[in-house]
Amino acid sequence: MVLAGLGLLFFLLPLAGLIFRAPWDQALAGITAPETATALELSLFCSLAATAVALVLGIPLALVLSRTTGNLRNLLRALTTLPMVLPPVVGGVALLLAFGRHGLVGSLLYQAFGIQIPFTTAAAIMAETFVAMPFLVIAVEGGLRALDPRYEEAARALGARGWMVFARVTLPLLRPAIFSGAVLCWARALGEFGATITFAGNFPGRTQTVPVAVYVALETRPDSAIVLSLILLAVSLAILVGMRDRWLGAP
Amino acid sequence: MTKAVVAMLAVVVVAGCGGSTWTGYEPLYPPLTIFAASSLQPAFDKIGQKAISQHIATPSFNYAGTQTLTAQLLQGGPGDVFASADAAHMTSVDSADLLAGPSRIFAHNKLEIAVGNGNPKGIQTLADLSRAGLVVVLADPSVPAGKYGQQALSKAHVTVKPASLELQVTGVLNKVALGEADAGIVYVSDIVTSGKVDGVAIPDDQNIVADYPIAVLKSTQNQAAANAFINFVLSGEGQGILKASGFLGV
Repeated sequence: MVLAGLGLLFFLLPLAGLIFRAPWDQALAGITAPETATALELSLFCSLAATAVALVLGIPLALVLSRTTGNLRNLLRALTTLPMVLPPVVGGVALLLAFGRHGLVGSLLYQAFGIQIPFTTAAAIMAETFVAMPFLVIAVEGGLRALDPRYEEAARALGARGWMVFARVTLPLLRPAIFSGAVLCWARALGEFGATITFAGNFPGRTQTVPVAVYVALETRPDSAIVLSLILLAVSLAILVGMRDRWLGAP
Repeated sequence: MTKAVVAMLAVVVVAGCGGSTWTGYEPLYPPLTIFAASSLQPAFDKIGQKAISQHIATPSFNYAGTQTLTAQLLQGGPGDVFASADAAHMTSVDSADLLAGPSRIFAHNKLEIAVGNGNPKGIQTLADLSRAGLVVVLADPSVPAGKYGQQALSKAHVTVKPASLELQVTGVLNKVALGEADAGIVYVSDIVTSGKVDGVAIPDDQNIVADYPIAVLKSTQNQAAANAFINFVLSGEGQGILKASGFLGV
């Protein structure tokens, strides 16, 4: 009990600090300031796009992970979870070396089409996807492993083909795991800073997401940094609470 | 068991006393924490080694953008010496009453255009940075280098559309070194010590001279050693190291 209380306190004190130090008289001006709106809009767009990409690529990856066994599975699993333990800045450097103008893949893109990924909104989405997708993969893989194989077997016995089984039986059963994974993934993407600043840089309206804007503001206008942080906090909290009720089946 | 616990407690109590009341012992080379602007790193790493080998002090360095260091100090970050990349941030630390004494200018720096090795885009002047299709990266105006860069560009009457406003000069340097950016504005000292980029000089009438002030912090535990370190930075030897790293001496 005491430890649980301490744990909760440890989470809540920094939030309390933000709330107590917030310049409430300036909060309204901060919320309506065009820079804030730009950063918030970009943050929401990038984090939702990153979650969408993670859903498209992450669910198949989780399927493959859940169907492999032994050493191969351990290796694949370690590789997918690597971005979770990697410092995000290192992830950003790795993305630069892969997708930059002189990177492994990026150089081909640049030479063939003249496309440069870094410094674009696409780069911010990629950075967020890189860091956040593992959360979705892990959640979905856990859901798949907890799945009772008899439902799929029954569907197959009744004559359903592979795709049909997946779409009509597996996916609906996986819904809670997919939603909780997607929410975690989205939350991680929304807070992403290190990989974004390294790979995508910082430019208002293009790559300056709220966490980056907070960092910039912290050093010149600490008050607006606190206001921005509070806004991000409120938006995240509202969406997390809303999602729980609607899709995760809150008890 | 109880004996062991008592013994451990005793050790903890004795050790706890050691720090505050045991005045008979003074370390030979007092430890110093130096808050230094990231552009100073190559020079200060060498100065630090000299300070250790000459038994002046044992400095450890907290390198970051000057604006980050200032924010840390204003939030109560403990340090002995603050070396800033501009006068404005030193002033804001001073007005928060965090300095033990007046600051002194110990070095100057100028700006240069950083370009890829061999200058593949043939950049000659600041005006070239406004060329279409060129990827230019600058430091954010909240960073001293970014503020100076803006001043230089407006002196040259050039408007640049930067691809990114990096939060540290090293961010600009790295993006040019990795080839992601074609050009950026950094300090001469960055180019001298980087070795991975080439520099294109900016004429004096468009350039700025950055002053680097240094001061002892009020939170110091070791005023004498902190002063000795600053004197070493200002000495002929310290200035020599700074000049070899591309700074201008005082």
